[in-house]
Amino acid sequence: MKTDIILAGVGGQGILSIATILGAAALKENLYIKQAEVHGMSQRGGDVQSNLRISSEPIASDLIPLGKADLIVSLEPMEALRYLPYLSEEGWIVTNTVPFVNINNYPDMEEVKKEMHTHKNVVAYDMEAVAKEVASPRTSNMVLLGAASPFIEIESDKIEDGIRTVFGAKGENIVEMNIKAYRAGRELAEKSAKK
Amino acid sequence: MKTKQLLLGDEALALGALKAGLSGAYAYPGTPSTEILEFVQGNPLTKERNIHSHWSSNEKTAVEEALGMSFCGKRAIVSMKHVGMNVAADCFVNSGMTGANGGLLVIAADDPSMHSSQNEQDSRFYGAFAFLPILEPSSQQECYDMARYGFELSEKYSLPVLTRLVTRLSHSRAVVEVDEEALPQNKLSYPKKENEKNWVLMPVNSKRRYVQLLKDFPQLIEESEKSPFNAYIDGADKKLGIIVSGLAYNYFKEVFGDKCPFPYVKVSQYPLPEKLIKKLADEVDALFVIEEGQPFIEERIRGFLNRGVKVYGKLSGQLPRTGELTPDSVREGFRTLCPNLEAAAETAIKGASTVTVPRPPALCQGCGHRDVYHALNDVLKEYENPKVFGDIGCYTLGYLAPFNAIDTCVDMGASITMAKGAADAGQHPSVAIIGDSTFTHSGMTGLLDAINENTPMLVIISDNLTTGMTGGQDSQGTGKLEDICRGLGADPAHVRTIDSLPKNHDDMMKMFREEIEYKGLSVVVSRRECIQTARRHASAKKK
Repeated sequence: MKTDIILAGVGGQGILSIATILGAAALKENLYIKQAEVHGMSQRGGDVQSNLRISSEPIASDLIPLGKADLIVSLEPMEALRYLPYLSEEGWIVTNTVPFVNINNYPDMEEVKKEMHTHKNVVAYDMEAVAKEVASPRTSNMVLLGAASPFIEIESDKIEDGIRTVFGAKGENIVEMNIKAYRAGRELAEKSAKK
Repeated sequence: MKTKQLLLGDEALALGALKAGLSGAYAYPGTPSTEILEFVQGNPLTKERNIHSHWSSNEKTAVEEALGMSFCGKRAIVSMKHVGMNVAADCFVNSGMTGANGGLLVIAADDPSMHSSQNEQDSRFYGAFAFLPILEPSSQQECYDMARYGFELSEKYSLPVLTRLVTRLSHSRAVVEVDEEALPQNKLSYPKKENEKNWVLMPVNSKRRYVQLLKDFPQLIEESEKSPFNAYIDGADKKLGIIVSGLAYNYFKEVFGDKCPFPYVKVSQYPLPEKLIKKLADEVDALFVIEEGQPFIEERIRGFLNRGVKVYGKLSGQLPRTGELTPDSVREGFRTLCPNLEAAAETAIKGASTVTVPRPPALCQGCGHRDVYHALNDVLKEYENPKVFGDIGCYTLGYLAPFNAIDTCVDMGASITMAKGAADAGQHPSVAIIGDSTFTHSGMTGLLDAINENTPMLVIISDNLTTGMTGGQDSQGTGKLEDICRGLGADPAHVRTIDSLPKNHDDMMKMFREEIEYKGLSVVVSRRECIQTARRHASAKKK
């Protein structure tokens, strides 16, 4: 197996915890992993992305080549579109639809939606609303991870183990809340991909 | 026994050093090197073995401290970002002359593409300049393995070893095989009899030592030729020979996998392995050099005459001269040289989004630097040609809208000294704005110049009680900034303090105005804890 993922969002939104969980799950499965991330100045409310590559074979480059990503997973709709040239022909966009507006020239949301849906493989939901409904607003990144999980060749319960590993120190309540959010996201994606 | 861990390149190197008997780690925070010392600080072995891991005031003090530890026979690492090498250069270059006793690794993390830096300088030039061996890992595993190898190399030749990282290795995670056991630490010991004189760099010793350094250099080349990290790999197609170094090796492998048709030399240890490169050059029609950063290898093997075997790379335009390499730019380089090569064929790429706009970084909401800039901007509106000299840190973001508050940003500490030079030239108001950590890094000495001449200028130390930009490391001046200024001789009446809070806007304006009007040197310390570390402290308290 080999899955190349671009994780996208705005500095401080929490894309790195998604990477950490998938990394923990992949490590347990004895898979190869490379995950490049951005620190420093760019984290201060700017656009951030992480290249996550998981494979059963050794991985050469820490960066995903253009046109080769299987997935763009984004906590923010405009940020999902920023990395389109990396997405492969058959690749999927899995994104939150709630804009994070911290700039005064943020594009018209209708335009963002329109461009998003010119791509055939899109799972786009208000992940924050789902998180609020099933767990807590702070778990929207776990809803997003759940929504992306059917496209990643790691068994779902192994990803849940990853969530347990990463949040374990914070107590059983936090773990359960995050797993609930993750499952809700997974259900969404399975429903939507069937359509 | 080995275990597998998922580690950043920075962490793998730090862990490698810990497992190889490290006694002291020294550093000043700087992206992308910060995580090296942070990892050492968080590792149980550090506590167990009482390994030194406190932050230093700047990169020069860090290298000197590490050199002192090496003098006493113990293994030490010192880490910094590439521009930190400029600060450390005095000690670093001379450490080639003194040599090392205990294994000493100087780690420089370069930032090609300037993700979080002011330039793209390539630290390998410093290594060559100081006649020192350089290690350039290409993977996280090599980062780990090279720590121990580097210490051994350093002790074998009694020389410091430069280790060069780049952002995409420092800040990329991969699975690393790690030893369970750690080597014992070195005992206290002093330089060998024949090396004692090297440590006192008076001309009488230096002249003799420099001759020795040059005489010993061929041994370092030989060491590179048999290094486990350098290799010649044969290929059937001799039209092209590849020289590929460090991280670039990964992009090269991404293009070809294990099926490169051309012979190549992988370089991860310098000085360049001359024999391997000559062997390659003798059998191919042309060479293609793929390296991250500046054309260090390319310049060395082609010279400006570029006669003999043709050398392609960054200087000849096959690879971009600026910015970091990517698997795509390396593939494109091969495509321009060998248009029919299948592995280098173009892939179909989706067009870029037409609605996406840039999202530049910004100061956090609730950050005290914001309040300083609001008040400063409002006061400076009262003057015809105010100039504000900025510095390195989160507050450099004051350059961007909505503040557009600073006119310069050059290097650590330059705010104060440039404001002084401007005031010397007759500029008024001349204002320097500098963060607390940058002030103790390189601002204090410049302030002394201004104090000694009572230069009419205002220095604002925007104190957020931490080293913010790199993620909140301890700041060396916390709790003593006013004392430092007064201790250097600043007039206590003009060393003033205010909390940088929105409710103090008018008071800040008044204080800035009064001190700009004062015809001498003033310092205003505007203080408010970084919002990020304040949140962290609050949640730690809750637990």
